[in-house]
Parts: sequence; C-alpha cells; structure tokens
Amino acid sequence: MMKQKDLILYSGLIILGLAAPYLFSAFKVQLTYLCVLIVLAMTWNLQGGEMGYNTFGNILFYGLGMYLTASVQVGMFFPLAEWTESGGEKTFVHTTAQYFQGIGVGLLVSAIIPAIIAGAIGYAILGLRGHYFAICTLGLGIAAGEIAGGIEIIGAGQGFTTPPFPAEIVDTEARGKFFYFLSFALLIGTFVFVKYIYGSRFKLILNAIRDNEDKAEAMGIQTMKYKITGWMCSAFFCGLAGGIMGGLIGYIDSTDVAFDGREMGVFMVLMAILGGKGTLWGPVIGATLFHFFKEGLWTLILGWQYVALGVLIVVIVIYFPEGLMGWLREKYPERFGEVIDEKDRKAQVELK
Amino acid sequence: MDFLIFKAPMLMVQASLDGILLGILFALIAYGMALQWGVMNIINIAQGDLVILGGYIAYTMYLAGIHPAWGVIVSPIIMYFVGVLLYKLVINKVVDRDLFISILATFGIAIVFQQLMNFIFGADVVVAQSEYGTTMLFDNSVTLPNSKIFSAFISVLYAVALVIYMKKSRLGRAIRATAQNARAAKILGVDTEKVYAATFGINAALCGIAGALISITLTLHPYVGLPYTVRSFMIVIVAGLGNLPAVALSGMGLGLFEEFADYILGTEFRIGAVFMLLVFILVYRRFKLSKKREYLK
Repeated sequence: MMKQKDLILYSGLIILGLAAPYLFSAFKVQLTYLCVLIVLAMTWNLQGGEMGYNTFGNILFYGLGMYLTASVQVGMFFPLAEWTESGGEKTFVHTTAQYFQGIGVGLLVSAIIPAIIAGAIGYAILGLRGHYFAICTLGLGIAAGEIAGGIEIIGAGQGFTTPPFPAEIVDTEARGKFFYFLSFALLIGTFVFVKYIYGSRFKLILNAIRDNEDKAEAMGIQTMKYKITGWMCSAFFCGLAGGIMGGLIGYIDSTDVAFDGREMGVFMVLMAILGGKGTLWGPVIGATLFHFFKEGLWTLILGWQYVALGVLIVVIVIYFPEGLMGWLREKYPERFGEVIDEKDRKAQVELK
Repeated sequence: MDFLIFKAPMLMVQASLDGILLGILFALIAYGMALQWGVMNIINIAQGDLVILGGYIAYTMYLAGIHPAWGVIVSPIIMYFVGVLLYKLVINKVVDRDLFISILATFGIAIVFQQLMNFIFGADVVVAQSEYGTTMLFDNSVTLPNSKIFSAFISVLYAVALVIYMKKSRLGRAIRATAQNARAAKILGVDTEKVYAATFGINAALCGIAGALISITLTLHPYVGLPYTVRSFMIVIVAGLGNLPAVALSGMGLGLFEEFADYILGTEFRIGAVFMLLVFILVYRRFKLSKKREYLK
C-alpha cells in the first residue's frame, strides 16, 4: 500500500497540475512544454540512467510521432499531398469532430508505430556498446531529420502545417487547455508507468545490464529482450510527446522542430543528467529546473542562448555528472535509505 | 532515384575523381580524430566545428585581400593554440573519464562554437575564391577544379610530414609512448599532461588545414560541422586507430560513396546518406563482432 506521506504528495501534485492552467492562465503553453519535457527526460532516463545506454536517438521517436500524428490527422479526411503543398491548409478545413477524431487516432498511431520501429531496429542497434551506441543513435536522429527534409509528401524542406484548432470553438482558452490537459495526462501516464517499472524486477534487470552486461548475460538474463522492451517503452511515450508537441506548435519542420537534435535531443539528455540519472524523481526535478532556467534566461540573453546552453552542458557534464539527486544522496545518504558503516568507510579511506 | 550516372560513363569518371580528391581531405580530418582517440581516449564531437573554424580563418584572410591558400599555413598555427586552450579549459577534465562524458562535453563545445561562428561570420554560406581555374579532361567532358587537386596535394603533404614528425621527433615519440601506456610513460619521465595538450593542439591544427582547404574547395557555413565529425568518426572505425594507409583508403571510399549517393539519390539526401552509412557501418561491425566467441573476463 502507498504510504500516507506519498499519498499526500501525489494528490497534492495532481491537484496542482489540474489547477495550474487556471492559476497561471498566461503560461499554459509553457506548462505544456514542461509536461512534455518531463516525459522526455523520464523516458531518456530509462535508457541512459537505468540501462546505461546513453542514447541521442530518442529524438527519432519524438519526431516520428510528430509527423505521424499530423499526417494521420490530415490524411484521414483530406489528400495529404495537396495539404502539404503551399497553402493547402487553407483550402481544407477540419470540422470540430474531424479535428478531435484525427488527433485521437493520430496519437494512437504515433505511439504504436515508433514502438514497433524501436522493436524492429532494436536488435541491430542495441547490440552496440557504449560510445558506439551513442554515436549511432546520434546518427540515426540526424539522418531521420535529413531524410524527412527530402520527402515531398510530408512537406520536405518547407515544413508541414498541422491542422489548426477548430474555429467553431469560440473559447480562446480552449486550445491551450486542451493541449495542456493532454500533455498532463501523458505525464501522469508516464510517471505511473515508470514508477511501476521502478518497483519491478524489470528495473533490476536494466540495472544489471548497466552495471555489467556480460555478467548479467552469464547469469542467464536474456539481456537483448529486456533492452528492446525498454527501448520500445521509451519510444511509445516519446512518440506521444511528439504528437502533442506537433499539434501545439502548429508547424513541423524536419530539422528545427521534429528531429531537433540541437534542442530537444540534447535537452532530454541534459535534463536527466541535471536532475540525476538513475532516479525516479531526478528527471522530473531536472526538467523542471531546466525549464525554469531556460524560460527565465532565454529572453534575457537573446541571441546568446545557444552559447549559454553549450556552456551549461559542459559545466553540468564535467562538474555534476551525478546530478542533483546524486549530490543530495552523497550529502544525506540516510534520507535515501542507505546505511553507512563508519568503520568500513574509515577502512576504505585508509586503503586509498 | 536517378540512375543517369550509370548510363553516362563520363559522369562516373567525374564522380570518382571528385570523390577520391574529397576523400583525401576527409582522411586528413580522420587522422586527427584517430590521434586524439588513440592517445587521449576521447571522442571529439567538436572536430567538425574546429574544421569549420579553421575554414573561417582562411576566409577572413581572403576578405582581407590575402590569397586564401596561405590559410593552409596560418590556420593550423592559430588552430594549434585554440586546441591547446580548449584542452586547458575543458578537455583535460574529461580525459580519464567515461567516453560518454567526453562525447557530451565536446557536444557542448560544438554548440558554443557553432553559435559564436554564427555571430562573428554570419549565417550565410560562404566560399573563398582561389581562382585556380579548372582542368578539363577527356574532351572537356570531365571538369576538375584545380583547387581540389591542390587541396588533395596539400593534405598528402601534411599527412606525410606528420607521420615523419611522429616517428622521428621527441614529442612524436612521447605521444606514441603515451598512447601505448600512459602510466608507464609517466613513470619514464614523460609529462603526459603536456603530451595531451600537444596532441589536442596538433589535432586542432590538422582541422585548421582541412578547414582552410574546404574554404577554397567546398563551402562554409557555421552549422555544417557535425557531418565532418561523423565522417571522420566513420573513417576511424573502419580503418582502426593508427593505421594510416587504411585511413587514407577508407577516406577515399567515403568520398566515392558520397559523390555517387549525390548523383543517385539527389543532393538533398547527401548528408542523410552519410549518416545512414554511419548507422550501417556500426550495425555491420556489431554483427561481425558478435560472431566471435566471447568469454567472461
């Protein structure tokens, strides 16, 4: 059973989340971003933190989800090729019902197809170890962006305008609320799922793979099966996150929005490391801190934001590789349920 | 898809020559990559951005009225100090650590470099005119810019010079000793810290030369660094560390692949093809390695 303290914490957070768009009405888009960022950081953490496979490739599923949702939403009712030609979105107008049906089916597709793709390429890609895996997934993400930028039917280099929110709904707040609650639901779903994983044997297997894959295999664990399953889970949620983001932004560009390795692809790694990889709450805290930092600073240092981002990456990676949670753990080990034997520690120090 | 190239043999000759000359240039960058990977055990994502920075140095000279070909002498000297500075600031903290940390840290450096170059030199595609003219071959059906021949020649020259330097000089021997066993080298009195700084400096200087050559043969843009990193990474994986003839050969192979992909798939898929090739090479390597019998150490 859930402890009472946890119950208060979770219900408090859910109430805060539900009330947020009414309390901070002007920041609905930012709050939606925050939810999506947390989802991305948490799913990255499943690979990078728990499994020890530092991927740059989750952006692939995010971008795929974005294109899939928009394509399905348009393609269900109108010819896709004519839509993506210049000005196509002005000739065809979604009715309210069509819009919501489209986005519903689109999100479903954008969750399932990336998961299938992750499963299909998983056997080949997840056999790579360490830095080869990191570089390979980096290549995958960028290749996907470059290739998507050359395909005519999804807008090629000029981009893809996603269906505008139905004009029949007069409430100007509705669009922001709709996307916020969609992303909040996704966030809750992801959190519950990841928390479930944290309590399961699956997480222990992932950790065994991280700590020593050969030994895990020697213990009789079919590591490849678990690695692929883990990646498919990430792909599922990344695809959904991408689908929501595509609808929110309203415009998909192959390299700047969808397969945006320079922003989202780095952000998800950075947020997880900032908060502390390999912990449940680390990515959540990391993403929240990062988002506040980014939104607070981005406008102040206009033009210099990428320089600041680059410096931030270097500083975090070199000086805080364990992240915030790791630092707290070092400082207050008792809080994390770790017992330190003073005698043993002294002996360790003397040995060094 | 366009298979015109297979119908016209002259196009094939054109693509092959272009590819080989370009490949020699890639091999030079890859040599720097192999050097730092072998000696310091880091993977430098900012490699391509160092190349582009070297190119912009030559371009600045061109704007100042000096012939950009002089860049192949000036650019490596400046880039050597950039490299040493970078080592002192960041790289020395990632040398002995997990490779992923070096990947991420240099990724951060790459972003900073891209943006600074964007501020200083603008976001336009630029090229430094060398005005070397072109050579016509086979009844004018194959055109070959002299600047490409010049760049291949300079690349070979520098590569040979570096190999001799690494074999004969005191620093070269110290670098090789550190690559073999850093701890033993330290015990025998090699200042490994200095060796690392010099290695990174030499790597940056190589990037500077390559960049200066790219500024006259191809084009420069602040954000095109990453493909060069990936190309050099690919060449190093295929050729292995410290095998120079193999580096040269796989460089040329990559050049050929790119030119043919350009003709067959179209220019818009060129970079995509490079990155897909990277994925294929890594996956192929993974399946090849997995066939070997493994045992638990």
